[in-house]
Amino acid sequence: MNPAKVSRLLGPLALVALVVFVGIFPVAIAPNDTVNTIAVFTLIGAIAVVGWNIFSGYTGYISLGHAVFYGFGAYTFGLASLDWHIRGGWEPFLLLPLAGLVAGAFALPLGWIALRTQRYTFIVISIAWVFIFQLLAYNLRGFTGGSSGVFMPLTPWVAPYTDLPFYYVAFVVLLVAVFVSWWIRHSKFGLGLLAIRDDEDRALGLGVKTTAFKLTVYVISAFFVGMAGAIFAYYVGSVYPEQGFNPAVDLTIVLMAFLGGVGTVVGPLVGALLVTPFQQWLDLQFGGQGVNLVIYGALFLGVILLLPRGIVPSLQERWRNWRAARQSQLADRTRATNQEQPAVLAERGGEG
Amino acid sequence: MSLLEVQTVSKAFGGIQALSNCSIAVEQGTITGLIGPNGSGKTTLFNVITGYEKVDTGTVRLNGQSITNATPDTVFSLGIGRTFQLTRIFPRLTVLENMHIAARRERIKELFSRWSSTHEQRQALELLDLVNLSSHKDAPAGILSYGQKKLLEFALILVAQPQVILLDEPAGGVNPTMINEIARHIRTLNQQRGITFLVVEHNMEFVMRLCDTVNVLHRGTKIAEGPSDEVRTNPAVLDAYLGA
Repeated sequence: MNPAKVSRLLGPLALVALVVFVGIFPVAIAPNDTVNTIAVFTLIGAIAVVGWNIFSGYTGYISLGHAVFYGFGAYTFGLASLDWHIRGGWEPFLLLPLAGLVAGAFALPLGWIALRTQRYTFIVISIAWVFIFQLLAYNLRGFTGGSSGVFMPLTPWVAPYTDLPFYYVAFVVLLVAVFVSWWIRHSKFGLGLLAIRDDEDRALGLGVKTTAFKLTVYVISAFFVGMAGAIFAYYVGSVYPEQGFNPAVDLTIVLMAFLGGVGTVVGPLVGALLVTPFQQWLDLQFGGQGVNLVIYGALFLGVILLLPRGIVPSLQERWRNWRAARQSQLADRTRATNQEQPAVLAERGGEG
Repeated sequence: MSLLEVQTVSKAFGGIQALSNCSIAVEQGTITGLIGPNGSGKTTLFNVITGYEKVDTGTVRLNGQSITNATPDTVFSLGIGRTFQLTRIFPRLTVLENMHIAARRERIKELFSRWSSTHEQRQALELLDLVNLSSHKDAPAGILSYGQKKLLEFALILVAQPQVILLDEPAGGVNPTMINEIARHIRTLNQQRGITFLVVEHNMEFVMRLCDTVNVLHRGTKIAEGPSDEVRTNPAVLDAYLGA
């Protein structure tokens, strides 16, 4: 088959295979509680990093403050289910869009302020949001429950089915997030975002409304990260300031994105698939001693030094080089054959 | 009424007066040159026209409508495209993706549609053909040579079908063959599509050969204007360049 056709089919086929694999994973491949728990955390991490990448990956504005939206989502979910007396089970999952919307609504003023700055200043301001809202969550006791936080509705599910509802809901949200990410990447809007990443002033001079573009995508990004936070809070049963507005969440998200490939559709998924299970293993091995954070830091430095573009872009480049080399070989062969033919014909003509 | 009019524009950066009561007019369908020694305010004037800098006083008009202090995206959408002294393309995007950046995005529906619609794709490929870059369409723009980047920057502005194109040193840092090619493209677009050009350039031969009218700036003020032959022998111009 034509290599161009193969490469065109490869993407959709891999996607279908991946969706089927993830879909049957907890029931057919690894019906094991520990593995399923790790799988749920992996999917939640994947939603968060895909959401983060829609903003930071496409615009090049590296946000280290998306944990704020994770926290907003978690608190919105907890407070709404508490106030509206929603009982545990499937029903609370209907609050996920609300959690995302509240996170998105908060992103509007926060983005309006933070996106007036660029590069390092933006990074610093984004980090500041996390600490500001963590402090607020500690101190607004009447609203957030202070340091004891907010408890989520108790789920009625019993082992071995405890994780499955979370797994499949997270899987559906992830599919939506990936679809939105893919759609944005292939739209004029997405192209405008990539132009902002490369040269914001130039993009503005070519008609890209940079402020509106950045703010819109910041809100979309916050929506998905907020939903990830809500699923996480419901899954672990509570949310408190240190966990909801946790800078380590940002570190993990950024590590996933950089490892897999910032600014690509698939890269963040690959990153989540590698980092979250590793993180869970580290937590089991060294949890509570802080060693896991040291290892994250070292891993992050390693990724920046050795794979600055991430796994997916590096593989894509190898694939492109292989195809270019193959096309050049084919062209050489065709040229050689074309040169040989007249010589053979001439010889035959001579013989005749 | 001129197509583009800059009237008594002044712009200062701290204590440095970059433009001082500067006025120029660009007539529709012409190729107008803008020359002057280094630091005479040519690029500042471009920045003021295209909205990258705000004027202190004065007005800028396009088709009689004021565009003074409009933002760069508004100026572009009204029909003024520009290139930069140091070429500014989007290096991590492919050549073809670069071409689509300047495509119009007026409605929300257009904004979220695929950027590679058949019509736009055809238009982008035609323009890439025009500047001999279609064979590089899938390559990252960052790997092009400097001259090719200049041509790409030039071509991507044409996607939006501007009325006026401001070229900031189009021949700067480019080999003589490429300079001739750029001049040929400017002339063709001017004659066949009626695009108006305002060209800043230090290469005098390029300016004199190409431009219908030449404006000369010195210390932020226009000191001469007229056909290239006339300007070349103007004593004030010689004075400014030679410091005599």
